[in-house]
Amino acid sequence: MLGKLTWAAIPLNQPIPMAASVLVIIAVALALALVTWGRHWPYLWDEWITSTDHKRIGVMYVLLALVMLMRGFVDALMMRSQQALAAGDAQGYLPPEHYDQIFSAHGAIMIFFVAMTFVIGLMNFVLPLQLGVRDVAFPVLNSVSFWLTASGVLLVNVSLVIGEFAKTGWLAYPPLSEIAYSPGVGVDYYLWALQISGVGTLLTGINLVTTILKLRAPGMGYMRMPIFCWTALASNLLIIAAFPILTATFAMLLLDRYLGFHFFTNDGGGNAMMYINLIWAWGHPEVYILILPAFGVFSEVIATFSGKPIFGYRSMVIATMAICVLSFMVWLHHFFTMGAGADVNGFFGIMTMIIAVPTGVKIFNWLFTMFRGEIRFPTPMLWALGFMATFVIGGMTGVLLAIPPADFVLHNSLFLVAHFHNVVIGGVLFGAFAGYNYWFPKAFGFTLDDRLGKAAFWCWLIGFYLAFMPLYALGLMGMTRRMNHYADAGWRPLLIVALVGALVILAGIVLTVAQLVVSIRGRESRRDLTGDPWNGRTLEWSTVSPPLAWNFARLPKVEGADAYWTMKRDGGAVESAAYEDISAPRNSPLGFVTAFFTAMMGFALVWHIWWLASVAIIGIVVALLAFAWRVESETTIPAALLARADQDRAAPVKRA
Amino acid sequence: MTEATQDLAGGVSPSELGPASPRVVAGFGFWLFLLSDIVMFSAFFAAYTVLSGATAGGADGAQLFHRDRVLIETGCLLTSSFTCGLLSLAFERRDAVWTYLWGAATFSLGVAFLSIEVIEFTGMISQGAGPSRSAFLSAFFTLVGAHGAHVGLGLIWLVVMMAQVATLGFPPMVMRRLLCCSLFWHALDIVWIGVFTVVYLGVRR
Repeated sequence: MLGKLTWAAIPLNQPIPMAASVLVIIAVALALALVTWGRHWPYLWDEWITSTDHKRIGVMYVLLALVMLMRGFVDALMMRSQQALAAGDAQGYLPPEHYDQIFSAHGAIMIFFVAMTFVIGLMNFVLPLQLGVRDVAFPVLNSVSFWLTASGVLLVNVSLVIGEFAKTGWLAYPPLSEIAYSPGVGVDYYLWALQISGVGTLLTGINLVTTILKLRAPGMGYMRMPIFCWTALASNLLIIAAFPILTATFAMLLLDRYLGFHFFTNDGGGNAMMYINLIWAWGHPEVYILILPAFGVFSEVIATFSGKPIFGYRSMVIATMAICVLSFMVWLHHFFTMGAGADVNGFFGIMTMIIAVPTGVKIFNWLFTMFRGEIRFPTPMLWALGFMATFVIGGMTGVLLAIPPADFVLHNSLFLVAHFHNVVIGGVLFGAFAGYNYWFPKAFGFTLDDRLGKAAFWCWLIGFYLAFMPLYALGLMGMTRRMNHYADAGWRPLLIVALVGALVILAGIVLTVAQLVVSIRGRESRRDLTGDPWNGRTLEWSTVSPPLAWNFARLPKVEGADAYWTMKRDGGAVESAAYEDISAPRNSPLGFVTAFFTAMMGFALVWHIWWLASVAIIGIVVALLAFAWRVESETTIPAALLARADQDRAAPVKRA
Repeated sequence: MTEATQDLAGGVSPSELGPASPRVVAGFGFWLFLLSDIVMFSAFFAAYTVLSGATAGGADGAQLFHRDRVLIETGCLLTSSFTCGLLSLAFERRDAVWTYLWGAATFSLGVAFLSIEVIEFTGMISQGAGPSRSAFLSAFFTLVGAHGAHVGLGLIWLVVMMAQVATLGFPPMVMRRLLCCSLFWHALDIVWIGVFTVVYLGVRR
């Protein structure tokens, strides 16, 4: 009846997972109780859960990312404290099978549910506004994408309470992840969670590429798009090209585990190295899927706070697209030690070094944008500056690792761990926080507290250096990654420094939360009535904050690059003449309902509860059919309403 | 902006014309989906190519495949693509009768294709050459089976679209979906050309 699911699946005998589960359950129950108590369900259902508004969906993505950042960071703290303790005779407090789950969950969560979720949230919110249009190409599909991501998140968190998570590292290499060596449900949780959220990501990629290429305001030619739109285009093209490989690879591993296939097994002629090749053919582009939108954020932030157009717009576009193409030609540098031979390794080493060239172009463009600019230093700009210093270090250690002989010494060491945290934290995460601080006033109509924001930035920056510079040294000293215990007590002092760094980052996270709470409580005095608090250059700043459901009552007419800057300089917005009725997508529960059944299906498949999986699949099909026959999918907003909203808006602007 | 691009749209570059129509947006988005689907197949093709010699002492392609049968199978699918083209012409004219007729023809040919594939699969499994016998057979069943599953989904979609035409007629929403459905069907043909070439013609003899 319940497949492999028994009471033994609940980790009653393990105090740490049990305490964590109880805490999570209490937190969720409390949140649900508060919503019910305040009778917020109708509001949540109508305005958020079934919303097809790209701005609402973007905000939900970012919120999800922030919540999962906490989860992933708790894992990080546990690893740091375990390694600070478990030297020589001391064994620390985490048994190996638990420690292995923690580093696997940390990696998978941080990449798939923090970094991806955060940048997709920012792109969702910003792109239509920057392009001067009313929504993404497929608003209902957008809601489906979000809720599928949320399903993946749900499955990962359920694994904390019921069963276990993978103990195989964040990419679940076979043969370890095969059923013969990982007979538990951990790898299945991993695979189904990522398979489901991966489909959501692919749909987002299709949606946003279509949006950028087919929906732009009149006059918004390709070479007039803000750089963020270009980097988002490159990133989403990579999603379309790379995520299907991930889906296929995970499908093969699932077939091995569930139906006894022999893709990656040791017996039957399987080839485990094929998994490693395929997963990195997705995995390396994935790195650029994450970093390119962050580059876009920095381009916007640096141009705005230097009061200058971005330096070398064309070279920026070319560099972005060059990275987009080159990112598919370097995957083998993740396993030089496979034994492919000197020629193959040489090719991939050189390709890897070449990719540093367009990245260097970007760094110089940002520096020259600042050169002789009227630079201001609010929080987003600090993140951008911190990024430039930090990312250059991470890039250089990357080029070092691209030299195959050096990689033979350093691979799988803490040097590698330090390198990729250097670029992912210093690049993606700093970019995400820059974007969060930069666009928050656009999303909510009030600014974030600058002092707390800066304090959070400094904690993150200093904490990052304290936490990861020692790991470079430890890697050179020979310490490998993923160690639950080590014999050489000489490593311990540096690991204690790393723990201190993690605690400083913890302070940064606490300050980020404090910044949000303080800003919300003081929102009345922090209102931004202009819609343009930073003296911005691009179209999102030409709307009221928060933008109305339709973004633009009349589509803006774009006359050149930095569209809004040009409008402000020439006096007043140039908009296409008259107000017209517009049709807007209605709310749709499709995303929530399909994701509900998809999560149910994932859970049932993890535990081999075949009847429940069938029920879930029938639920998905019924939901899709019901949607297919929904004739009233759009609603009309009359021109008079649009005109009145615009007039209402004009008044407060004059007051300010 | 070069002069050549300006001339295309009466003085304005085509990239500056403003948002495209819903039909173009839907068709374009669906093309991107098809491309992503083909990327997924390319991963299965890569796996098949790597593993095609890994028979683990079991039967290989030369012993298992019947080219004549596969040729008939291919004929069914390619003909169904032609009838699907005629289906597109019918629904573009908003002609319900011919839409049903060409839809039925496409459906029948698709069913014939799938039936031959099922016969092939069950025959192989009954000889002890199922997907868990060797890595070669795992890759074969996954690649060909993934294509077959797509054909099956395409058949269901076709039926749903006929029901939509019957109940809703030809509003723009249904027209867009018919367009996507026919694109999907043609894309399966393209993938099959790859399967036929790599798997069946590529047998090592």
